[in-house]
Amino acid sequence: MNRVWDTPGGIHPPANKRQSLTLPIGYPKLPERLVVPLIQHIGEHCIACVTIGQQVLKGELIGVVDGALGTSVHAPSSGIVSAIEARPVGHQSGSLAPCIEILTDGLERWVSRPKTRDYRQLAPSQLLERIAQSGICGLGGAGFPTATKLTFNGAVPISTIIINATECEPYVTADESLMRERADEIIAGIGIIALLYDNTPRLVIGIEETKPEACAALLAASHASAIEIVQIPSKYPSGGERQLIYTLTGKEVPSGRIPASIGILCINVATTYAIKRAIIDGEPLISRVVTVTGKACGTQRNYQTLIGTPVQHLLDHSGLDDSRLSKLIMGGPMIGFDLPYASVPVVKTSYCILAPDASELAPTAPERACIRCGFCAEVCPVSLLPQQLLWHAKTADHQRLEEHNLFDCIECGACAYVCPSHIPLVQYYRASKGEIDAARADKANARQARQRFEFHQLRLARLEREKNQRRKARRAAAGSNPSPSSRIKAPKASIMRLSSADIIAAAQGRTTEKKPTAEQTLNKLRRNVSTLQMRLEHAERRLAAAAGETADKQNSLRATAEDARQKLHRGEQRLTEQYH
Amino acid sequence: MVLQAPSAAHSGYSTERIMHRVLLATIPGALALTWHFGWGSLINVLLCSLCALACEALVLRLRCRPVGFYLRDCSALVTAVFLGLALPPLAPWWIVVVGCVFSIVIAKQLYGGLGYNPCNPAMVGYAALLLCFPMQMSRWLVPHSLLPEDIHQPGLWESLNLVFGAADWIDGMTGATPLDVLKQQTGMMIEQVYASQPVFQQAGWAGVGWEWVNLGFLAGGLWLLRMRVFSWHAPLAMLATLSLTALVYWDSGSSESFGSPVFHLFSGASMMGAFFILTDPVSSATSIKGKLVYGAMIGALVFVIRSWGEYPDAIAFAVLLANFAAPTIDRYSLPRSYGHARRGTKTSGDGDQ
Repeated sequence: MNRVWDTPGGIHPPANKRQSLTLPIGYPKLPERLVVPLIQHIGEHCIACVTIGQQVLKGELIGVVDGALGTSVHAPSSGIVSAIEARPVGHQSGSLAPCIEILTDGLERWVSRPKTRDYRQLAPSQLLERIAQSGICGLGGAGFPTATKLTFNGAVPISTIIINATECEPYVTADESLMRERADEIIAGIGIIALLYDNTPRLVIGIEETKPEACAALLAASHASAIEIVQIPSKYPSGGERQLIYTLTGKEVPSGRIPASIGILCINVATTYAIKRAIIDGEPLISRVVTVTGKACGTQRNYQTLIGTPVQHLLDHSGLDDSRLSKLIMGGPMIGFDLPYASVPVVKTSYCILAPDASELAPTAPERACIRCGFCAEVCPVSLLPQQLLWHAKTADHQRLEEHNLFDCIECGACAYVCPSHIPLVQYYRASKGEIDAARADKANARQARQRFEFHQLRLARLEREKNQRRKARRAAAGSNPSPSSRIKAPKASIMRLSSADIIAAAQGRTTEKKPTAEQTLNKLRRNVSTLQMRLEHAERRLAAAAGETADKQNSLRATAEDARQKLHRGEQRLTEQYH
Repeated sequence: MVLQAPSAAHSGYSTERIMHRVLLATIPGALALTWHFGWGSLINVLLCSLCALACEALVLRLRCRPVGFYLRDCSALVTAVFLGLALPPLAPWWIVVVGCVFSIVIAKQLYGGLGYNPCNPAMVGYAALLLCFPMQMSRWLVPHSLLPEDIHQPGLWESLNLVFGAADWIDGMTGATPLDVLKQQTGMMIEQVYASQPVFQQAGWAGVGWEWVNLGFLAGGLWLLRMRVFSWHAPLAMLATLSLTALVYWDSGSSESFGSPVFHLFSGASMMGAFFILTDPVSSATSIKGKLVYGAMIGALVFVIRSWGEYPDAIAFAVLLANFAAPTIDRYSLPRSYGHARRGTKTSGDGDQ
């Protein structure tokens, strides 16, 4: 009955999942310091709503969303806020991000947790409000704010909700362990999502055949519900959102659109668990299951980890043997990225810390020239031609890159996995995407500047015209009623009478006047930041409203939003600098 | 912007391994050549290899590239082996040297080395030699089973002497290849040609020696296909088109005919071309559709040049022509990516369940 469709391409790397599943989900001891980044996901920075030295309780709101797209953050444990500053984070961008550091007191005192047994009585808007307030974002990787996702409604009503339980990346077992141990809560979470839609959408869990225990647990938990559980063949990247949608429904999400545009919603299984905890148990998202694995770890297992726990703390807890460590990876071996240092915190989107030794992941071999063998094209799940993309990426031929559908690349890394020339293809694509985005933003800016300039010219011309008209009118009036010109000359004469010393003094006075105080600068920067925030909000709203528009339109809106975001970021940085 | 390090997981597959497999796969063909035509081909291969490696090393040195790193990819060796097998056995040593210089220095390294050459280097070398030294390049040995009784096939020492010009050729040692014979057929029915020529009389289905050489390359090619070194698209398209065009002109073997499909498939360099030359990924079309077009184009060109051209065999020229066409073929043979409309249909967008 449940037909599955086969996606093109895909690879079968060694799964390496068994080693981290021998033990149940563990609880690492409380770290002394928790570093909670104010940005952990797609979207905007939060704004800290605590001050240094402030006592916070576990689960207390410490960062609030200030815009359409974002998720709030909560104190993962009770303690004292010891710093609010930019820290290195394990984010894709690899840069610093504003963080709140909490010195834990070990008491784990909770804020009040309103348990809700009768959540079925709540209106969808109330449920969404709770989900948003609990700081839930997609836990599968990208971290899209869940409440925003659940309110997507294009021209097509949501008819299918897919729960992504595939977890196809090697080594990672965070979702699998969660399904094995807490299937009931996952199913309850799915039930809550279903309450948001009054048209009873089809609920499907897509899970790989290679997880029989997890599947059995889900089956047992869901026997009384309308949830379908569909086992799909195991292959990487079957868990990619668009791949899973095709596998389960045979529908393709049109390029440049979101799944909601064809009435489908895809939610990670860990996110449904978080929703259950938020609604029924009243707990905000302050911890998640993280797989700590790799042969350099003494113990390989999953940990219920507080957000903000330094990676080093987890590794210490797992008995890391530093001498065996070949590299440290945040995420899995396919789409994970190297961590330059282990001090970075676990965030909501961190599902795995991989600490392999040299026998598991050999150091990257030197890159050779592409021989166009085409293995990459064979494994590409999107049916791109990675070898051609590489060629055009190297020559920065943006037009050809777009013709070859660069922006449909999901960066799964299957191409790089099979590349006999060891070319880090995805990096080339990411860099090219960045270049093209930047070029688009430039273009949008230039267009805006041109429009402003043209408007300015028009305004000047209008003013000139009006002045001329006024002058004509005055002249006409003067012709009929001539008056002495001494009145106009008077102020000029007063300037003439000033001594040169006075002029210098006046000029100095002006310069000192112009030099603002630190307080003024701060205010100005604050105003600047708030203006920029408004601008960004506006751009986000327009982008969200443009869900049904053409890809071009969306892209240009996206460019505007991105530009606004960058400006805001810079503004905030200047503001932080000024604080110090 | 901070570039993150790439994903570390890798299949372990490497360019060297591909090249090693290709080299291994030439063994059956090379053995068949040696069995039927003597030591000549092996000497060619050996000389070509030495010369090609020397050329490659020299140019890499001049280009200030790490010599060892690039020599280890074995691509020069592959080119050398192809060229050596394509040259007529016992070709004079200087032919080999000139061929290698053309292949490695001009066709490959001057364009930027492996991965950047627009044409198949071995075929550039071969075509250049064919144009410059037609006499030496068309002097094929007679398979040993067809040698006159008073002439024996030259041994290893004799062969070396012939290659280095220390001995003279004996008339009966060389003869027309099946493709030559058919080209020079003077108004005879194919059956008559077959009956009158020993090269066909004693053959199983295509031509003495050649059918086995082609079988050897076919076997090697099938093994490579099994090892997934290349996909079946280009070879199959080439062989199918060659057979089809031959079939169209077959007309049950009149004097106007150019030979049966089987004859074309198992003559000259058909199989070597299909499985070892066409499948050079660097210079061929790259998408699946593109490979089909590319292979079909070569198949048709091979038949056209064999039938109406000046040269008896045509793989080199057909491949080179198709190499030039490859970028254009690529341009117009993009696969349909996920989420894009099939040609002529609309993607399932809004309101389209």
